Amino acid sequence: MPTPDPSRRFHPASAPDYVPADQLRGLQLERLQRIVRRAYDRVPLFRTRCQERQVSPADLKSLEDLARFPFTLKTDLRDTYPFGLFASPMDEIVRLHASSGTTGKPTVVAYTQGDLDVWTQVMVRSFASCGLHRGDVVQNAYGYGLFTGGLGAHYGAEALGATVIPISGGNTDRQIMVLQDFAVTAICCTPSYFLHLVERAKEMGSDFSRLRAGIFGAEPWSEAMRRRIEADTGVKAYDIYGLSEIIGPGVGVECFAQSGLHVFEDHFYPEVIDPVSGEVLPDGAEGELVLTTLSKDAMPMIRYRTRDVTSLIPEPCACGRTIRRIRRIGRRSDDMFIIRGVNVFPSQVETALLAVEGTLPHYQIVLSREKGLDEMEVKVEVTPEVFSDQIRALEALQHKLEQSLDHTLGIRARVTLVGPRTIQRSEGKAKRVIDQRQI
Amino acid sequence: MKLTQLSLFLENRPGALRLPCQVLGLAGIDILSMSLADTQQFGILRIVVKDPDRARKVLEESGCVVKATDVLAVEVPDRAGGLADMLGAFEGSGLSIEYIYPLAAGHRGKTAVLVLRVEEPERAAKLLQARQVRVLTREQAFEAVGA
Repeated sequence: MPTPDPSRRFHPASAPDYVPADQLRGLQLERLQRIVRRAYDRVPLFRTRCQERQVSPADLKSLEDLARFPFTLKTDLRDTYPFGLFASPMDEIVRLHASSGTTGKPTVVAYTQGDLDVWTQVMVRSFASCGLHRGDVVQNAYGYGLFTGGLGAHYGAEALGATVIPISGGNTDRQIMVLQDFAVTAICCTPSYFLHLVERAKEMGSDFSRLRAGIFGAEPWSEAMRRRIEADTGVKAYDIYGLSEIIGPGVGVECFAQSGLHVFEDHFYPEVIDPVSGEVLPDGAEGELVLTTLSKDAMPMIRYRTRDVTSLIPEPCACGRTIRRIRRIGRRSDDMFIIRGVNVFPSQVETALLAVEGTLPHYQIVLSREKGLDEMEVKVEVTPEVFSDQIRALEALQHKLEQSLDHTLGIRARVTLVGPRTIQRSEGKAKRVIDQRQI
Repeated sequence: MKLTQLSLFLENRPGALRLPCQVLGLAGIDILSMSLADTQQFGILRIVVKDPDRARKVLEESGCVVKATDVLAVEVPDRAGGLADMLGAFEGSGLSIEYIYPLAAGHRGKTAVLVLRVEEPERAAKLLQARQVRVLTREQAFEAVGA
């Protein structure tokens, strides 16, 4: 049965992707004025910060005026944990999600039913942008739970009319069985996990020739990795971007042109700033992505600093969409790293190590990719306090440290004990993260 | 009754063992006996020297992590079944032996001396003596290796 080029098939939900630019700017301003007013009236932290800067919602007469308003930081979510930035009463909030924070406490995000509808809509548009449609069989291998990836992709794919397999993450052999037996045509997961699946499938002699699209996100990955995935599997690999503070996956996504990610800027207004001065940079200049939610009621985010480094691409895209694109994210402007879809700050690793008795100020995090899967190794310098003449005591220490890391970060890391003063210090400060992943 | 053993942390990489040995050599400290325990990731070098305090000092100054542990030097008859007889002292005691390595064997002809690491050295020494096993003093142990 011949199928038409799916990437060209138009989905009605995608109409806002093609709105003329001047019309879009008008809509953005209207929504921006409403949401800034809402945050000002209902979120004390935001109001106080505005007052300190002597700026009020009435000053917002153009999109450029947004630059006068204060930023929101990830630490603001932590400092107001759990519900301090909510702008809706709890009886209007129908869903909470959470992501890892800097001190072991998660950062909590909230959704009204209307917010969830927006999320579903942008996910439908995301899948449509990747050429998916009714009739596709979507294996959703993002984790279901507090992480936004699982449920975000789930509801979007269902609303698109695809057949959703809510398999969640993990259990690789079962993933491969389902991929093959259920004639899966599209998969959602992290790109590193997909590479792992491919390698395991080769070992098992499995074939999933029906699979034609992968919607990969939740961690940075490179063009080289895309080429490898596409050459090895024949699967077209799309990059999807999102973060829970803004909504989850579906903030931006690639189209068939695979040349930058379209930001659904009718709902998420992008700015790129100089991470040091905070000044807004012109289109095309590289800096830190700052996002403002234009239509999220439960938890409006005004000028949220993502720490992701990118630039806005103003030129029109080959696909005809008028919403702007951002370049693929390659790095961050802080020391956070993402491993297996989980955000990790070195300070969290430190907290976990220090939670184990008698330890251990000197450590180094080494990130690598083995068989397509991200691995995290934490090297810990042995001190006289924790050293023992018995192998099993040292192995028990290693195990305790690994458990503490697992407990704090929610991911498994390998702890290696190393000799004292073997971890390289630069400028008196240890270099905490060595990222050896070829992405 | 007890002997001081020094343990050193070693990374599992080429050259890791040589450094502490060189340090001791330069300080003129002879290693009377040693055992090397290894895992996939790291190793522990355990040594017996005549002057453990000085050895510890020079090792720590060179950046090693060192731990001092009390061990027993135990004489066993150098014949078939000799070790089994000695171990009989612990039967029913609940004491478990962490590890054993030889301090001196063979050259005295009739007996061997072993380094014994147990959780409760005092109690272990009493059990051994009750079975007529000779637990050596520091001086006797050093003499056994001709030091």
